[in-house]
Amino acid sequence: MTGQTPILEVNDISLRFGGVRALSNVTFDVKKGELFSIIGPNGAGKTSLLNCISGRYSPQEGSIKFNGQEVTKMTPNHRAELGMGRTFQNLALFAHMTVLDNIMVGRHHLMKNNFLNGGLYWFGGAQKEELLHRREAEDIIDFLEISHIRKSVAGTLSYGLRKRVELARAVALRPDLLLLDEPMAGMNLEEKEDMARYICDLNEEWGMTVVMIEHDMGVVMDISERVMVLDFGKNIAEGLPDEIMKNDYVKRAYLGVDEDDEAEGEVA
Amino acid sequence: MNWDLLGQLLMNGLIIGALYGVVAMCFVLIYKSTQIVNFAQGEFLLIGAWVCWWFLTTWELPFVVGFLFTLAFMTVFGIVLQTVVLRPMIGEPIISVIMVTIGLSLFFQAGMKWIFGVNVQPFPKVFETETVEIFGMMIQTAYIMSLGISLFIMIGFAWFFKSSKHGLAMRATAFDQQVAQSLGISVKNVFAMAWAISAVVSAVAGVVIGIVNGVSDTLAFIGIKVFPAVILGGLDSIIGAIVGGVIIGLLENFAEYADGQWFQVGNMYTIAPFYVLVIILMIKPYGLFGTKDIERV
Repeated sequence: MTGQTPILEVNDISLRFGGVRALSNVTFDVKKGELFSIIGPNGAGKTSLLNCISGRYSPQEGSIKFNGQEVTKMTPNHRAELGMGRTFQNLALFAHMTVLDNIMVGRHHLMKNNFLNGGLYWFGGAQKEELLHRREAEDIIDFLEISHIRKSVAGTLSYGLRKRVELARAVALRPDLLLLDEPMAGMNLEEKEDMARYICDLNEEWGMTVVMIEHDMGVVMDISERVMVLDFGKNIAEGLPDEIMKNDYVKRAYLGVDEDDEAEGEVA
Repeated sequence: MNWDLLGQLLMNGLIIGALYGVVAMCFVLIYKSTQIVNFAQGEFLLIGAWVCWWFLTTWELPFVVGFLFTLAFMTVFGIVLQTVVLRPMIGEPIISVIMVTIGLSLFFQAGMKWIFGVNVQPFPKVFETETVEIFGMMIQTAYIMSLGISLFIMIGFAWFFKSSKHGLAMRATAFDQQVAQSLGISVKNVFAMAWAISAVVSAVAGVVIGIVNGVSDTLAFIGIKVFPAVILGGLDSIIGAIVGGVIIGLLENFAEYADGQWFQVGNMYTIAPFYVLVIILMIKPYGLFGTKDIERV
């Protein structure tokens, strides 16, 4: 599945908030079709990095290319139109809308009819288009197994389901690149397994390149093709899951190797 | 009791109330999508009415053409106002933006006086018959048109928010701008659209009231009248705006009746809505349909 052409090239970006350096000279690229994970302790700058990619923050230095196109100065909505979808760390569903409406918002940029020719609903092709988008939405709903709640108001759903609806909304954009910020946080084991399966399917069957931030090492090592480790805003390691597993820093930080054995002689 | 008079006044109240509802909806539309309390709402009516009057008198266009030109003008006006004055204010404290709308309100009022003078100007005759009799009540033809237009606009708003792509985008933006952007919605366009719709629809109300009462800067006072309606209905509820508007319209006219029949105070018509404003703020500060956790300004 993984090709050689990079879909996303992040080149030497730095992001500062006043005196705080959130990201320093981070460089990496993601190949088309890849499932790429970013790990790191809290406050390492993972979400800031994702926000730079999706356009919520703009880095002071460096450049970001998406599909070979320079996007560093583009607005988030323009990037979404180019084919970047994302989910958020804290649930960001439109709580008063139904699940279906949430997903239809995701179809927004794909709908061509504006509200002038939308007035010619039955003649101008608007009806045909809407049916098409509804069918697409239903496909996504089926795929994520949320058809039983499609008419429910999003705010009333359980946490795990809301996460799934958020994923559905991002998928509705039909993005080439899907940015997931902790898609499994706060889920139980079963929900995590389901989510991991959806992400793998989206990657393999729907052909979406995935960049994911996740804390659950088991899942990350299991499904990722490559992993990048971020700490204090710096890219400290990048490679195949196996290589990352062997990395001393990662062992200490995540895999529960006894610090006394491993890090003897370091500052306690 | 004088039932005929009461019936007549309540009928007027319903029609005027529907117009208040429409203007209140425009106000809520801007508040919902941009979080701005627009103190210049009444001036939208004023500008719309004056521009239409100008098309009809100076250019001597037929009413329908002049009216359509007015709507086109107001669309451009709303977009330009948002782009030039309010877009640079994005990210500034909300109170600063509200101050700007107060400034705009003064500016427009003065500007209209400067351009069109301070006198009440009657509209050229629009309808052949000025009043029609329905169930023994005399009703201005313009008011009947106004009721029709109000209903049309209300249904239009309902359809727009429920079923159209832009309505959905607007609801999404109102809820969370960042998320909406991440889904490919241009927040700038949504804001411009909100101001344009608000300006156009307010202008319609301005023209209707202008036809009945003549055009003068008292029209801008509707913008203040809308506050009780909006607070009563709930600051962020479109339905609430309509209900609030109708209630305020009825109440106003009932106050006039009660005043004339019993109290003889002389100005209860103007004052009554504001009593309601105070009472509502004391007992139900979020209004009838408002969201509980919204911000108060």
